[in-house]
Amino acid sequence: MSEDILAGLAGIVNEVAGVPAEDVQLDKSFVDDLDVDSLSMVEVVMACEDKWGVKIPDSEVKNLKTVGDAVSYITANM
Amino acid sequence: MTRNVVVTGIGMTTPLGGDAPTTWAAALAGTPGGVRLGADWDPEQPAQIAALMRDNPAEILKSVEVRRMDPSEQCAIIAAREAWADAGAPEIDPIRLGTVVASGIGGINSLISAYETLRDKGAARVSPHMVTMIMPNGPAAMVGIEVGARAGVHTPVSACASGAEAISYAAKMIEDGRADIVVAGGTEACINGVTMAGFGAMRALSTRNDDPSTASRAYDMDRDGFVMGEGAGILILEEEEHARARGAKIYGRYGGAGLTSDGHHIAQPDPEGAGASRAIQMALEDAEISASDIIHVNAHATSTPQGDFAESVAIRKGLGGQADHAWVSATKSMTGHLLGGAGAVESIFAILALRDRIAPPSINIFNFDPAIELQVTKDGPVQLPAGDIAALNNSFGFGGHDVALVFKSV
Repeated sequence: MSEDILAGLAGIVNEVAGVPAEDVQLDKSFVDDLDVDSLSMVEVVMACEDKWGVKIPDSEVKNLKTVGDAVSYITANM
Repeated sequence: MTRNVVVTGIGMTTPLGGDAPTTWAAALAGTPGGVRLGADWDPEQPAQIAALMRDNPAEILKSVEVRRMDPSEQCAIIAAREAWADAGAPEIDPIRLGTVVASGIGGINSLISAYETLRDKGAARVSPHMVTMIMPNGPAAMVGIEVGARAGVHTPVSACASGAEAISYAAKMIEDGRADIVVAGGTEACINGVTMAGFGAMRALSTRNDDPSTASRAYDMDRDGFVMGEGAGILILEEEEHARARGAKIYGRYGGAGLTSDGHHIAQPDPEGAGASRAIQMALEDAEISASDIIHVNAHATSTPQGDFAESVAIRKGLGGQADHAWVSATKSMTGHLLGGAGAVESIFAILALRDRIAPPSINIFNFDPAIELQVTKDGPVQLPAGDIAALNNSFGFGGHDVALVFKSV
């Protein structure tokens, strides 16, 4: 399940920020490792909400520091 | 001490070609840029024709760049990358490097698609990049970030004179000592239903829909409006000593500028050409040359009945007797009208005309309008003389903006 979400998220980060999908790993920080800036993070959130039907409020986005954080949140809330 | 400005790099993406050499070769060959718009174009639109960029930037840039840039920003970046590489990607302290890139309309394609997203999917789905895609200074800012410019990034907005005004502003930055190199030019990409309907409502566009390649016909008796074009032109302007010290190739010299305004009507030219002729005279003074040095004019000549005539009056007033001898080219007959990109693309044409000693042709003149008392290159390209020569580039914009630029040969 979470492998599917990781793969889906990798596709989104690739499309939104141009990061190679294989670099999008659970332990990677969006900001420090993948260079996803705050505007691109908004796009990532929009795409995740559309893809998995989750709601990710701004108050939660700041807690999603790593790819793993995002996968866990999506898994728990979809 | 006088700081002279030279041109050390050029880049273009236009309806005639995806880069400067291709565009210039197509212009000298008299290639028409106008085409019929596709099957999905609204049949109710008055204009069914336009001059589309030959190479679509969205197919050249990385997909993430396309996602974050309006088409007007995309073509500016393509032309800027070409120009910067052409100048030899100069090593320069970023605080001595500036950017002045203009657009007449801005990121309207992105505004329209953002509105469609808002209407269809709601506010939460509007792109966080929308604002930086629609702001008029977006192309200048994107180019400034691309080259790392820190001397200042600026965006003059004066409708179809914007690109020329950008070049004058950039040259001023160098002359005044603010910068040693400035990436300067103009861009436009606004072929969409809203813009085309608006210009159509003004009766500004040609409706020669059955013959797009001859629709842009400046100085022809039957001209009926301009053909909308898209694209960008970027020049690398550089302080002469700076350019010589690094052994840069020099295309030509920036001579000077004249900027005036009509104070007459929001969309119609002053029929007496007072503001435009004064701009021409001011540009000659600024360039410290006399009218007899102007061997070539790249005219604004959009193919509107009133505009082409008013400009011809202004050129005669501005150049006096030399108007009988200077070869006038109407290159929008090939490129269409690039609005905010026009002044930059046509300045590059003027510089290349001086370098190659050839005035490009003015195509689609089947019945030359006898009211136009100018020597027009209607029969094909014309050889220009050797020695020190100069060229004039005119650009005028809705609102009554008049900009004349002078370039000199090297």
